[in-house]
Amino acid sequence: MLKIRKTFVTGFSTLAVLSMVISGCGSSASPAPAASGTAQTTNGNSPAKDSSSMERVEGGTVRVAMSTEPDNLDPYLSAATDTSSMMDNVFDGLFEAGENSELVPAVAESYQISEDGLTYTFNIRKGIKFHDGSDLTAEDVAYSYAKLSGLNGKEPLSSKFAVIEKIETPDDSTVVVKLKAKDAAFLAANIVAIVPKDYEKQSEKPIGAGPFQFVSYAPGQQLVLEKNDQFYDQERKPALDRVEFKIMPDTNSSVLALQSGDIDMIPGISAQGALQLGTGFQIVSGPQNMVQLMALNNTEKPLDDVRVRQAINHAIDKDVIIQTVAEGNGAKLGSNMSPAMKMYYQEGLENRYQPDVQKAKALLKEAGYENGFKLTITVPSNYAFHVDTAQVIAEQLKAVGIDAQIKQIEWSSWLEDVYNNAKYEATIVGLTGKLDPHEVLGRYETTYGKNFFKFSNAEFDDIVNRARTEIDVTKRADMYKQAQTVLTEQAAAVYIMDPSRSVALKENLHGFTMYPVQKYDFAAMYFSKK
Amino acid sequence: MRFYIRKLATFLSTVLLVSVITFLVFQILPGDPAEIVLGVDADPHQLVELRKTMGLERPAAERYASWVTDTVTGDFGTSLRYQRPVADIVAERLPVTLSLSVMSVGLTLLIGLPLGIYIARKDGQLSSMLLSVFTQLGLAVPSFWLGFILILVFSVTFKLFPTYGYVPWSEDPVGAFKSMFLPSLALAIPGIAVVIRYLRNTLLDQFRMDYVRTARSKGLREKSIMYRHILRNSLIPVLTIVGLLIADTLGGSIVVENVFALPGLGNLLITSIGTRDLPLLQTLVLYIAIIVVLINFVVDILYKVIDPRIRLKR
Repeated sequence: MLKIRKTFVTGFSTLAVLSMVISGCGSSASPAPAASGTAQTTNGNSPAKDSSSMERVEGGTVRVAMSTEPDNLDPYLSAATDTSSMMDNVFDGLFEAGENSELVPAVAESYQISEDGLTYTFNIRKGIKFHDGSDLTAEDVAYSYAKLSGLNGKEPLSSKFAVIEKIETPDDSTVVVKLKAKDAAFLAANIVAIVPKDYEKQSEKPIGAGPFQFVSYAPGQQLVLEKNDQFYDQERKPALDRVEFKIMPDTNSSVLALQSGDIDMIPGISAQGALQLGTGFQIVSGPQNMVQLMALNNTEKPLDDVRVRQAINHAIDKDVIIQTVAEGNGAKLGSNMSPAMKMYYQEGLENRYQPDVQKAKALLKEAGYENGFKLTITVPSNYAFHVDTAQVIAEQLKAVGIDAQIKQIEWSSWLEDVYNNAKYEATIVGLTGKLDPHEVLGRYETTYGKNFFKFSNAEFDDIVNRARTEIDVTKRADMYKQAQTVLTEQAAAVYIMDPSRSVALKENLHGFTMYPVQKYDFAAMYFSKK
Repeated sequence: MRFYIRKLATFLSTVLLVSVITFLVFQILPGDPAEIVLGVDADPHQLVELRKTMGLERPAAERYASWVTDTVTGDFGTSLRYQRPVADIVAERLPVTLSLSVMSVGLTLLIGLPLGIYIARKDGQLSSMLLSVFTQLGLAVPSFWLGFILILVFSVTFKLFPTYGYVPWSEDPVGAFKSMFLPSLALAIPGIAVVIRYLRNTLLDQFRMDYVRTARSKGLREKSIMYRHILRNSLIPVLTIVGLLIADTLGGSIVVENVFALPGLGNLLITSIGTRDLPLLQTLVLYIAIIVVLINFVVDILYKVIDPRIRLKR
């Protein structure tokens, strides 16, 4: 009897270990799912304006539920928006992003651009101190930019700064940046963090000049920030003493934790979560400057035919998706730009393709696909929001004879197969917004490395190229609007919606503001007496 | 002696097999570790830089081979995701999983054994049948759901325990106990149900054995028969189950750790797979293999302690 048991155990131990490894593959640690809309108490990108009667309290600790871990604490080595939304409180740039995509002077007091658009002169504010007590001078700015642009002789860290030819510091509070060519996107790039010169340990203990300083990071547990008492800007001086970002991978758990009072804020709460909360909490909702789209591989048959792509656009009823998947909390889109980008958003495109089964069928017939075709929609399985969207779309496509199959894959595989190698037919994903339109629309340039749409259009490339060097703000905005129109006309993808972001806060926590980029400005937040 | 050599050989071949299979599976799975960490918003330059830091320019087979040779010397390499020594990361997470394991197995035995005996003795009575229904439920309910219900009742409604997180024992023993109690319970409940069922069934089988009748006719007291003879004979299958349970919890509970946001080994395992962090995953696989084999070994020895007739041969 014992012998049988032993062979069984050996075989079993192999199996047990393997099964643990393999079962892990199915359920991936999910990056933050896109927040769907919720029953809202406050709408729009303005703070909760119920604070007038409240008594403001100095101090206190805010505990925030984060569903993902930071990718890297060094601002130059990090790319995840969740990370930057935490660490933005530690670092200040020459400018900070404003509520309406405008640039607010921060480390730079003012700036001038030369006539030819090639020389940028930044006047650095005096008396700024880093968290380690050293002064922030023009030298630090030059060091930071040299690191980003690769002018220090090492690998450059940002393509946005590759355009810099040389950096000069005539005195301690002046930085002169000379560009190789005109680049209208350069100004918005200056929100990047300024780091202290020759400090190489940003990944372990980040040091910046922002309103909060870094205290500790315990992987899988929390990231802690503390108020910076020496912060230079009196108007932005924080009221809170401490911010604790708690890493909570399960969103249901974070809702329960907020209910029981163990945390104070959930930055992206689902519609069900918001309903579950009940009274005693505030929900702030607004557009999050995200473009949720169904990308179509423009080189894959039959999607290489513009009429087929247009037919798909006519077949899909975006309003239905917004109503069912986002419970009504989303802004309908027509191109790859969210209305949150007020200055650049081309209005009217969202109604270019009215849901029309007859028209869709006619277009398919014209293209030679009268009997429809098979289409595989590949969706990252950890984003329930996109998976749900895919299900609605598959139903809608059936009506015009397109047999859509949904294929769910793990996020890591999605990145490799779809995003990197464009091995897909259709996929649903959300692209997070940026401050500058070039970063948003540049994805469709023929030469862009990660153009997973495989979109290639001479007119579009030309417009985006010209816009890149156009210094006149209005003219530039017009060009990007034109570029959006091209995307819509060419039906490069199906642009679905900008799902609202909903933030749940404790009743007595105020001052939260929505930004066009994912940014949580804790310096503006404060508690009130109940 | 031969017994131990055989054990060691089985262990080494198990570990090697699992390790190689894990490596091969990773070669088939798509995904670039640098790209996964940075996501869709990564700057091409950042990707280049991170790939360099991760050492990805070397071929995968070569990296694996050097991990194997380093591991023999006690160096488990550097995690790709966290850019820190794997040994440090595992050492940080181990206390969480360890306390979860000790507490949940403790609860399992503390609750499971007495209840199992009780049900067997009261077999056929109403109280026993009611308890059987509960054990059935305990088996059927998934642990993540159980976790949420426990949080809802004990944390949200009665505010007795924290909803999430881990407090180190060295910092605050009471807080540590409180933070570990609900997850341990969520983990223990299915175990309790299993122990009760097994113990009840074997106890009932033993009741009908000849030696029990003999003992009774000898005039031994019922208590003495129960605890000195029947229970001892019934412990073998229970021991097997408890062994599996310990091995399972020491490997880290993915679901429960996720629900209670505990930084344990289960979470780490998921992260290492999701981020294609081969050095970290290989080390965890090695650790789990060691745990499973070690527990089986201890269980084998305990068999002998319980029942001296069992010989550890072959």
